[in-house]
Order: sequence, then C-alpha cells, then structure tokens
Amino acid sequence: MKILEGKGVSKSFGGLKAVSDVEFYVEEGEILGLIGPNGAGKTTFFNLLSGALPMDSGTVLFGGQKISGLKPNQICRAGMGRTFQAAKNFPGMAVYGNVMMGALFGKPGRSASEAEQITDEVLDFVGLTEYKDKMVTDIPLSAQKQLEVARALATRPKLLLLDEVMAGLNPTEVEDAMKLILRIRDSGITVIMIEHVMRAIMTICDRILVLHHGAKIAEGTPQEISTSKTVIEIYLGES
Amino acid sequence: MNRSNGGGSRIGQYIIPIIIIAVLFGLSFLTRTGTSMRPSYIVVLFVSILNYIVLAVSWNIFSGPSGYIALSTAAFFGLGIYVSALFGESLPLPVLMILAGAISFVIAAIIGVITLRLRGVYFTIFTFGLVLLLQYLILWYEVKFNNLRGRTVASVPYNTVFLSLLVLVGIVLLAAYFVRKSRFGMALSGIGECEDAAAHVGVNTTMVKVIAFAATSFAIGAAGAAKATTMIYIDPPIAFNVMMSFMPVLMVIFGGAGTFLGPIIGAIAFTILQEQLTTKWPKWYMIIFGTVMIISIVFLPKGLVGTIGEMKSMQKKIALLGITAGFMLIGFGFTQILEAAGVSIGGLVFPLLFGIAGFVIFANVFKRHKGKEAA
Repeated sequence: MKILEGKGVSKSFGGLKAVSDVEFYVEEGEILGLIGPNGAGKTTFFNLLSGALPMDSGTVLFGGQKISGLKPNQICRAGMGRTFQAAKNFPGMAVYGNVMMGALFGKPGRSASEAEQITDEVLDFVGLTEYKDKMVTDIPLSAQKQLEVARALATRPKLLLLDEVMAGLNPTEVEDAMKLILRIRDSGITVIMIEHVMRAIMTICDRILVLHHGAKIAEGTPQEISTSKTVIEIYLGES
Repeated sequence: MNRSNGGGSRIGQYIIPIIIIAVLFGLSFLTRTGTSMRPSYIVVLFVSILNYIVLAVSWNIFSGPSGYIALSTAAFFGLGIYVSALFGESLPLPVLMILAGAISFVIAAIIGVITLRLRGVYFTIFTFGLVLLLQYLILWYEVKFNNLRGRTVASVPYNTVFLSLLVLVGIVLLAAYFVRKSRFGMALSGIGECEDAAAHVGVNTTMVKVIAFAATSFAIGAAGAAKATTMIYIDPPIAFNVMMSFMPVLMVIFGGAGTFLGPIIGAIAFTILQEQLTTKWPKWYMIIFGTVMIISIVFLPKGLVGTIGEMKSMQKKIALLGITAGFMLIGFGFTQILEAAGVSIGGLVFPLLFGIAGFVIFANVFKRHKGKEAA
C-alpha cells in the first residue's frame, strides 16, 4: 500500500526551480533513500512534504488524505515526523524536555503522564537515556542527531523524514545510526531519508530516488541506481 | 522545564499562589490608611505600582518566553483609557475594566492574526506603529466629528481603583504562574527557542501566539481603564503615551525576562524610582532614569533574577546580603515617603519588614537556581 504519493510537486525561488514536477510514491513499511548532488533540492523537497514551505503546484496524498497546503503542525499531527539537517532543537531545555515537546504536542489530547511515558520509551529506544538531564548544547554531535530523531519519534509518526542524520558522524556512529533506522522501520514506521553516506543508503534502503536540479532523474532499487549510467555520471562518479 | 525531576510535590506548586493571594489580601487593608475622599499617599503609590505590575507581568507572559517583543502595551492601555473616558459616567469600574479588556482582546486577536507571522524586529515595529496609529486615528476622529481634543474622565475613589487593580494583579500573577507550568507555557517557550521545531512537533504556533497576545492585551486594556479614572483629563497623546510601551519592557529586563519574580521586582523598583525622581528632581528625571537603565543592562544582562541564577555560592551569599540591605534601604525610603505624606509609622518597621521579605524571597530564588549550576 502506498502511504505517501505525490504528483507534479514543484517549488521555485524566483527564477530557480528548486523542485520541479516531481512524481513519487512511498510504500508503507519501506525505507526510501533520497540522494543527489548538493543543491539538488532534497531538503526543499522535505520542506514541501512537511509543510515548512508552501508548494507552488502539485498534490501530495498521505494515507489517501491530501496534505499539500496544510501547515506543519497539521501535517505532524496527521502522522509525519521530520528531522532537520542543521539540528533545530530547544536550547533552553534539557534533552528530556526536547523529547517531551514532541510527546506532548505530537497528537492532540495526550495527557502529561502519557507524554512522560512516551518520552521515556523514546529516549530508551534511541539510546539517549544517559543524556536526558543534560542541556542540548552539552551533548556530543552524535547525540544531537539522535535527539532530532527522538523528538520526531515522540510525536509517534507513521512516516519519518530523516534529513542527513549521519552527516559528520564517524564510521562507528554511522553503523549505530543505520541500526537505529532499521529498528525504526521494524517498529512499523515508514522512512524517507536524505543521505550522502552511500554505504548507508545502499545497505538499508529498499528503494532510492535521485534528484538533480530539482527534477527526478532516476528511481529504483540500490542495485539499479548504483549501475545507472546517468546517476553515475551526475552524482556517484566512476569507481 | 524538566518535569521528571524538577518541580517538587503536587502540594508544593500551590504554595506560591497561596502566598500571592495572602499578600494581596493583606495589601487590601491599606485602604484604611485614608478615606475615599482623601486617599493616603501609600494607596496612590500602590495604584501606580499595581498598574505597572499588570503591564510588566502581562508583557512577560507573552514576550518573555516567545521572544516576540511587543511594543503595543501603550496601544491597549490607551484603548482602556478611552473606554473609561467614554463610558465612565454610566458604568461601574469593574464593568469598564472588563469592557476595555474585551475590546483590547478582540483588537489584539485581529492584529495578532495579521502580524504574528512577522518574525523578529518586524513584529516589534508593527506593534509600535499600532500605538501611533491609534493615537492619530482617535485624535483625527475627535477633532473632525466631535470637535474636541481631549476628554474628562469621571473619577472613581482611589480606594476603589486600588482594590480593582489588586484583583487584576491577582488574576495576572496567578495566570503568569500557572501558564509557566502548563502545556501552553511549554508551547510558548518552544516557539521562543525554535519556532520551526515547535511547529514540526505539532504546536499550532499561530494559535498559541495569538491567544497569548490577545489574553495579555485583555489585562493591559483593563489596567488602562482603571488607571484612567485617576487621570481627570486625557487626550490621545496622554492616553497613547509611547513611554507606556517601553516602561514594562525596561522593568522586565531589569528584573529578569522570562522569570516569574523578575517583572514584579522590576515594576516595584522602577515605579518607586520614577515616583522619587519625578517629585525630587523633575528636570533630571529622564537623565537619571536612563542612566540607571543602561547601567543595569550592562551589568545585569539577564536581569536581577536571571543573574542570581548564574552566581557561584559565595557570590550568592554576598548578593543576598546586598539585596537584603537594598530592601532595607527601600524600606527607609518608604518610611520617608509616608512621613512626607503625614503618616508616621515607627522608624524601623518598614526597613525590617522589607529586609526580611527581600531575604526570604531571594533566598528562595537562590535555592531554586542551584540545580542549574551543577548541570
């Protein structure tokens, strides 16, 4: 079943077509990779899906419901969580408070005790329990990336958008992040991830979508993408 | 912010509200120091103090956590003044205050929906423009259609104004206290710390901002209606005095933005300072006032209460001593004010009372901020 599908998704900034006429779908329970050179429009694409930016044209259906045109908080409550490439957190709150925000507001009518329970579960799930009383500015980069994921998970999404959660991590940390994403998928959450770490993309993604200059230039399994001539020319390079 | 191990017991969170109500109830007895015809100076002074407490605390409920610096205080305060000027003859003060509050609420909600998508300094500029817009709009209307510039306001006995403001202060303080601990308060701080992140975890940022802005404007409008009845004559430049937009901000910055006690302390300190300066050195008033403001921001960038939170334990002890002494000085000042007004209450009563109150309050503040130091 398709959990998310879009047609003609476009966004221009002045004369620059950041995302142009992208058609796509995401199967429930899969991990979809989104790759492309810098400036290809990947983050803009995420911003359009999550409502951070209004799209110029196109429609997006989430679980059969039209979400294009909704505001970020409405899209979040419809069940789509996201992380930000440059971590956007609440610096005045401890790690616990940051995750609590997601748990409290992610769905309407959650009681404080329910939210506390969700927060504890999520902190445990991503492995942040040891940092829960630390301020966000005092924890290492890998933990900040995990916190982004935790805050989004605390809203209890059906679909999670991950924007370069592995950037700047060392090989061991990348390994842990890959395991975390697989565990998220296994818990029943569909994942779309933007990533430049090819090893991770090729290992864990079920399908990959390639953007270049805002347009979709290829789509397929990791096998197909890694052997596609256009993708190699534009992005991967000869090995 | 951390709910799991902060806070204290369930009963503990009601101690401060009970103290607030008790103190305000105690203050209500001040009406006995004068008659309704001839109010005592202390009641007159307290009307000013309570008025500024409403403005500063209200401003801080919205702008403190959200980071949206609103300079519209004078606009809603002025609307309140005009409500009293127009209907003061026919309506009792509490009704006037509710009416002024309701009008301010509606206008603030409309303005909020239009402007709260503006971020940063643009919102500030717009809200400041609102003060001037209303001022000149009303001036134009009055001159053109009513052929008058100002109006007289039906006066209400000072004791009544004092008691009405006391109730309003009570409501505003309890609101400020409970909002901080609530889900709504967390949403407001989330907006202030990272609006994008807040929106993406499901906070309806527009609605939270509009409700907070409109609700605090209600209190500001109500305060304007009450204060107006002590003003006798008003015209648009008096009613929409831009200083009323800046004073609460300065008071909050001085006391400590985003804290509960900060705005209260700032309002009390600055009202007394203003009162003293305008009576003793009317020509030098602005110069001294501005200098005090600059010095306090340079040396206490996080405000009195915020700075205390960052001190080391030895510094805290010294600061506590200094604060107690400062409070005793204020007490001496108070005694002098009262003597000048012809009321003599024994030499050391006020200094001791103020000193003890200051010590107890700030010892509590020091204790509360201990946790942060360890982290």
